[in-house]
Amino acid sequence: MGDGRSLLRDLPRLALLSFLGLIILSPYIWMLSASLKPTDEIFRANLALIPERFAAIENYSRVFAQVPVGRYLLNGVIVCGGILFFQLLFAIPAGYALAKLRFPGREWVFGAVMLGLLVPPHVPALPLYAGFAALGMLNTYAALIIPSTISVFGIFLFRQFFRSLPDDLIHAARLDGMGEGAIVWRVALPNAWPAATAFAIFSVVAHWNDLFWPLIVVTGTEYATPALGVLHFHTEEAGDDFAALMAACAIMTAPLILAFLVAQRRFVEGIATTGLKG
Amino acid sequence: MTYPTRLPGLSVEGARLSLGGTPILRDVSLAVARGEFVALLGPSGCGKTSLMRVIAGIQAADAGVVRIGGREVTGLHPAQRDVAMVFQSYALYPHLTVAQNIAVPLTMRRLSAAQRLPLLGGLLPGSRAARAAITADVAGIAEPLGLAHLLARKPGQLSGGQRQRVALARAVIREPGAFLLDEPLSNLDAALRVTTRREIVEIHRRVGAATLYVTHDQSEALTMADRVAVMQAGNILQIATPEEIYREPVDLRVASFIGSPRINLLDAEIGEDGVVRVSGAATALHSHARGNVTLAIRPEDWVMGAEGQEARVEHTEFLGDHALVHLRMGAGTVTLRAGPGALPHAGEVLRLGFDPARALVFGPDGRRIAAHRREPACA
Amino acid sequence: MPETTSARSRTRRSEALGAWLLTLPAALSFALLMLLPTLAAIAMAFTDYELGLVPVWIGLENFRELLEDRGFRRSFLNTIIYVGLVAPLSVGLGLALALLIEAGARGRVFFRAVFFLPVVSLTVAMAAAWQYLLHPTIGPVNTLLRLIGITGPAWLSSSDTVLISLAAIGVWENAGFNMVLFMAGLTAIPRELREAACVDGAQSGWSRFWLVTWPLLGPTTLFVVTITMIRSIRVFDTVAVLTRGGPNKASEVLLYTMYTEGFTFLRLGYSAAITLVFLVIVLALMWVQTRVLDRRVHYG
Repeated sequence: MGDGRSLLRDLPRLALLSFLGLIILSPYIWMLSASLKPTDEIFRANLALIPERFAAIENYSRVFAQVPVGRYLLNGVIVCGGILFFQLLFAIPAGYALAKLRFPGREWVFGAVMLGLLVPPHVPALPLYAGFAALGMLNTYAALIIPSTISVFGIFLFRQFFRSLPDDLIHAARLDGMGEGAIVWRVALPNAWPAATAFAIFSVVAHWNDLFWPLIVVTGTEYATPALGVLHFHTEEAGDDFAALMAACAIMTAPLILAFLVAQRRFVEGIATTGLKG
Repeated sequence: MTYPTRLPGLSVEGARLSLGGTPILRDVSLAVARGEFVALLGPSGCGKTSLMRVIAGIQAADAGVVRIGGREVTGLHPAQRDVAMVFQSYALYPHLTVAQNIAVPLTMRRLSAAQRLPLLGGLLPGSRAARAAITADVAGIAEPLGLAHLLARKPGQLSGGQRQRVALARAVIREPGAFLLDEPLSNLDAALRVTTRREIVEIHRRVGAATLYVTHDQSEALTMADRVAVMQAGNILQIATPEEIYREPVDLRVASFIGSPRINLLDAEIGEDGVVRVSGAATALHSHARGNVTLAIRPEDWVMGAEGQEARVEHTEFLGDHALVHLRMGAGTVTLRAGPGALPHAGEVLRLGFDPARALVFGPDGRRIAAHRREPACA
Repeated sequence: MPETTSARSRTRRSEALGAWLLTLPAALSFALLMLLPTLAAIAMAFTDYELGLVPVWIGLENFRELLEDRGFRRSFLNTIIYVGLVAPLSVGLGLALALLIEAGARGRVFFRAVFFLPVVSLTVAMAAAWQYLLHPTIGPVNTLLRLIGITGPAWLSSSDTVLISLAAIGVWENAGFNMVLFMAGLTAIPRELREAACVDGAQSGWSRFWLVTWPLLGPTTLFVVTITMIRSIRVFDTVAVLTRGGPNKASEVLLYTMYTEGFTFLRLGYSAAITLVFLVIVLALMWVQTRVLDRRVHYG
């Protein structure tokens, strides 16, 4: 049933979905529409989506003139890339050790991981801020990256994944003369790509969009991430210049949305599998 | 036929179905009388489960008419068809107790949507009496199936055999006109499977519905069914009693599907004189057809003796009450079923004849060709 | 045989050593970046710590002050209202979307992508887009309302509507995420169960939903409800961009209060006390989830 349903009978369902979809998409539609309009047309408040006079070039060039767009995007890439690199570097070996090796203290480590899963990242923020302030490290990439380098969720995810790897694979690698470190990177990781991509998507989406921590440790534009950049532009410069503001928002939102549209299935599955656990 | 007064049970006429461009059912027709037990037998992927789903109304066919109890139900919802079904996975509701599971077909029919509400429903007029009747019916069906002491449990706490009986109870509780079973024994272990066969046949007798039983296991089909329908590649090849299916298959595919070990197939030809010859040697069979044919002989129908084809023993398998002898005959191999007596040794050369009354001849199109024992000359 | 035992204990020791080396980076950064700061935050909540000054232990003084602080009480209440609006609405909408999409084969991938889009969008930027959409005079929402003769409110700058507007944005953000979780839950329900329900007499989609889908989605639903509550308790970005807690503290929420106390007024001790309240709520939600999950919604 349902497979061979006629288009006519399916129509109410599709109509309802389309209606809800339009509501969900309306901020995007109006954002793009406003970013193409001249300011006076926006203030006339008509409901036309297509501008009478295209002002896209003015609006977008105003953004590029007033906002270091490239700087923000680059900062976003550096911060997300740095965080992901260290998260994987720390979480994969730990996940492997928890899944496949016997050692005294393993229960304690795993207990710490489970406990860490319960604590939201906002809780250690205050002491971390005080620490970075004391070390004079505010306004650095290090301050943006270091607090997120440990992901207990990553350790948990990789542990669950490595547990399903057959033990014989690891015994065979040991017989071939590999040490545990070599096994992690040359045997376990190549078999853990689904978990690694899911985790990478989860991590990048979370940190690209994060505002809380960058707002705490960064002032000024030099180290601002895209989220912080939009906030700065919004509060300090745009004022009522919605055309330029919407253009800036479109630029900053685009990279992740384009990545999502290209690898849609991986994104949804990645978020669903990681979301189901944490 | 065993059923002189064939009351209408369930029937399908001209069912066609293709999914995603692949034909699943090609013009299938089948009728099961009330009180009759028909097994639908075929290899996996032959379309037997699809045919059952078409009858139940879970799957809509592209063409064809389905009747249950003499009433056409083709376009109707499964709930309106007077069918019950036992699924291969049993499909028990995991959140309901055994009693609630068995009661579902009754609560769905006897109680209104409002009366089914968890707390409020119990207060509505008529609800209490209806619920009491349902409880009594459930107890009545659970007792003979040995489920009485399990009524408060959830399916997750039951063994495979117990789950299977709950699925049976749920299917028969409202005494359906048609009773469909989709490989109900395939998830049970071998010992349980044999005892459950008998139970299912007994339930069928008691309910008296038209029963259609899908299986890929020929011993199930042959032991349980009044008639067996052999299905392959979306076609029903033959519908007949188990004995007829085994002894008188109308199609080469039926002959080779039924029987274990497989029937032996020999290339043969019928000359202008009507004599069936294997590698040039005349046999005792005679037919009106001419040309190249296939001669099919069951392993137990060979006769070791002075006459017949020469064959060299390759190896033997001793199986207690009988033995299987594998021989090389010409370019091919044949299998012979022998008694437990003295067994031939590997390398030994025998002469194999066969019982002409039991040998089968098939034409190049796979259809059966009439053949009979050659009459002595100048009779 | 002593040689074998020593050989065995040697391999065991080398395995343990390797394991410790592999966990060391993670263990160190965990201790330094999570464990110690979390303990420090808890300790800080009982001091009058301000950045640059020496902290003094003041016991429960911060919490006593919280109880009397009208701003905090407002913030606490606002957070509860926000969660109370966002959690049920986004869970309900997510479930409805998942059921609608799974009800047919057409448009599955397309609609899933559409509703999921807010999850991967830069919240700050989309908040700005919402600000334009909800602008009292030039915003398309009020323009549309004017067309049918209604004067729309000043959604984000009136204390009557600001929380509702923020909650609407929260529902918009979370519904797609919940939809994906529900879709995963729906595909886990065996198809044969729904077919059995058909044969058993559940003729309408409605009765099949109550007989099979809803009970079997139980664990998923409970999980989605708690995770949405935890996600929406963390509301911060939209408040920081759109209202900064205003007007007149009408949209003050826990994390934003914690942020302003800690990082604007630099009263770290007081801010830590708010963090502790936040942590206790999150832990309580998780505790309820595991308890209920173990007890009720699981079928053996």
